[in-house]
Amino acid sequence: MPPSNVRALRLAPERVPAEGRAAEIVSLADWPSVEQPVVPLVPKSAPSRARRLLSVIGHNPLAVSGGAILLFVALMGLTSPLLYPGDPLAIVAEPFIWPGTDAAHPLGTDSLGRDMLAGIVHGAAVSLQVGVFATFLGLLIGVSVGAVAGYFGGWTDVVLSRVTEVFQTLPNFVMLVVVVAIAQPSIATLSVAIAIVTWPGVARLSRAEFRTLREKDFVLAARSLGFGHVRIIVSEILPSALPPIIVTASVMVASAILMESALSFMGLGDPNVVSWGSMIGAGREYLRTAWYMCALPGFAIMLTVLALNLLGDALNEILNPRRQVRR
Amino acid sequence: MSEHFILPRGDGPSLLAVDDLRVAFGEKQPVKGISFEINEGETLAIVGESGSGKSLTALSIMGLLPAGGTIAHGSIQFEGREITTLAPREARALRGGSIGMIFQEPMTCLNPVMTIGAQIIEALRQHQSLSRKAARARALELLDLVRIPDPHRRIDDFPYQLSGGMRQRVMIAVAVACSPRLLIADEPTTALDVTIQAQVLDLIDRLRRELSMAVLLITHDLGVVSQWADRVVVMYAGRKVEQARPDAMFGNPLHPYTRGLLNASPRLGDSYNYIDGPLYEIPGSISSLAGDRGCAFAPRCAHVRAGCRDAVPALATLSHGRQVACPVLLSEENRVTAVDL
Repeated sequence: MPPSNVRALRLAPERVPAEGRAAEIVSLADWPSVEQPVVPLVPKSAPSRARRLLSVIGHNPLAVSGGAILLFVALMGLTSPLLYPGDPLAIVAEPFIWPGTDAAHPLGTDSLGRDMLAGIVHGAAVSLQVGVFATFLGLLIGVSVGAVAGYFGGWTDVVLSRVTEVFQTLPNFVMLVVVVAIAQPSIATLSVAIAIVTWPGVARLSRAEFRTLREKDFVLAARSLGFGHVRIIVSEILPSALPPIIVTASVMVASAILMESALSFMGLGDPNVVSWGSMIGAGREYLRTAWYMCALPGFAIMLTVLALNLLGDALNEILNPRRQVRR
Repeated sequence: MSEHFILPRGDGPSLLAVDDLRVAFGEKQPVKGISFEINEGETLAIVGESGSGKSLTALSIMGLLPAGGTIAHGSIQFEGREITTLAPREARALRGGSIGMIFQEPMTCLNPVMTIGAQIIEALRQHQSLSRKAARARALELLDLVRIPDPHRRIDDFPYQLSGGMRQRVMIAVAVACSPRLLIADEPTTALDVTIQAQVLDLIDRLRRELSMAVLLITHDLGVVSQWADRVVVMYAGRKVEQARPDAMFGNPLHPYTRGLLNASPRLGDSYNYIDGPLYEIPGSISSLAGDRGCAFAPRCAHVRAGCRDAVPALATLSHGRQVACPVLLSEENRVTAVDL
């Protein structure tokens, strides 16, 4: 029988019986030698949360493709005054130039001779502005109401939840049309109107998050330090409640863009600015003869909404703790 | 035993006086009138099993009873000031300022999305007007005070990067950031490894001396009591059943419940086996409250007499501040003479 590993380690190699030698060499190799660097017991301080998050996003194909498309659309919108200075609603050429037939108007002209590309570029700015403003407002109202209702509970919760439900039962689009019909349609009023119909969803989501989080021990610990309610809501609970809200926000931008397009299609948008929806609306009568007038802005809407949804999915994958894999 | 028997401490002036405190949740009263005092610089332990009302007593002092709970009766005086009726703003100044609290679960009591440094700085700046820089310097000192190795590197860590014992140390640093007069420790070591427990309790004891604060130690661990407490209050079903110095309580328990507790804790040298030498258990459970009329422990008590179920036994005060709420054992032969060491 070969000696046990422990004894083999103590024996000089030449004294170990032949059968035992192989086993002994293996165990010696496992033994840490003096030259091996000493691994520090304390792990190196991890990179900041934001940087880690950025690197995770950078490795997610959904996030990268969605983000790239969105960046492109945003750049288009931002540089629209440079790319096409002047009014995109101005008549610049003869009508019904098909895309790809005239180098001066790569995407052709519409039924009145307005440049399609200029419209799409300027429309990007309008769509994104409405999407961002409406989402920001909707989040502001929704998170505030949901946070207060969820954190305080009791009567506050009952009252705020009922108010939220009243808004939620109103048919979204009818509500939108009514608000826009009363107020002058402009980017600001459109954003407010869209925020009014979208905040209840955010409120319900953040109420649920706050209800769960307020029971956490760290909230009790924060209260035991004498922190006030506002401080606990904003700086203790909100950061933990944010991930699902961020995911919702990306989808909210997409639906705000769709709502704005729908309103503009129906002619209820701001008549002084060109938007993707209004372009489709203007082209719908010529759908049989010049379908590109609807298809091009439609494609722009689809691409933007798709990008936002991709980004939303990616954020959900990254931020949702229940779906989290090892980082 | 340990040295504090030779050097008695905690005889300073009274810091906190709880008088006939009753906590109610609707009809139910989980705390049914408890009174005790904590003197400056002493460690008072409250012992009892789950549901005896010890945590609720602590939360009442903090003014942080869970939703639905109210202080139905009694007073809590801190530094001579009634604190049950404080305005919210004053109560907040007290919490974290003059009274600090540490909790059972170090894993969940730190905000998971904030660095430990930020959490200490927050606590400091809540009660003291410090610049961000000064607060950070103080946070480093505090981390050093609670013996976190390499505070400069640790201060920007998130709680998940620390071990349980380290987190409890950070919790303690947050709680003592503003040099409180009283530290309430609600089962501070229950969630920790045995080897870490002693370290954490040593730390609390050292901070008590260095920061000259009093400690209210809530525990169900009698070993902790024997080593770190100056006085012990034994709670059962919302009432105090015995109060003594630990040596007196361990040497000569006067309440049947205290006896049961002591018998139910393993001693070094005894061999226990689930077949031939099981550890003593107190029969029944704390939920078997026999109505509200008599002694709450009567249904589980081996010494129960006819009178026990008729009236709640009064606390008898003996010498050296010892109190016990059981006339039966007291009246037994020789008991009274052997009460104190």
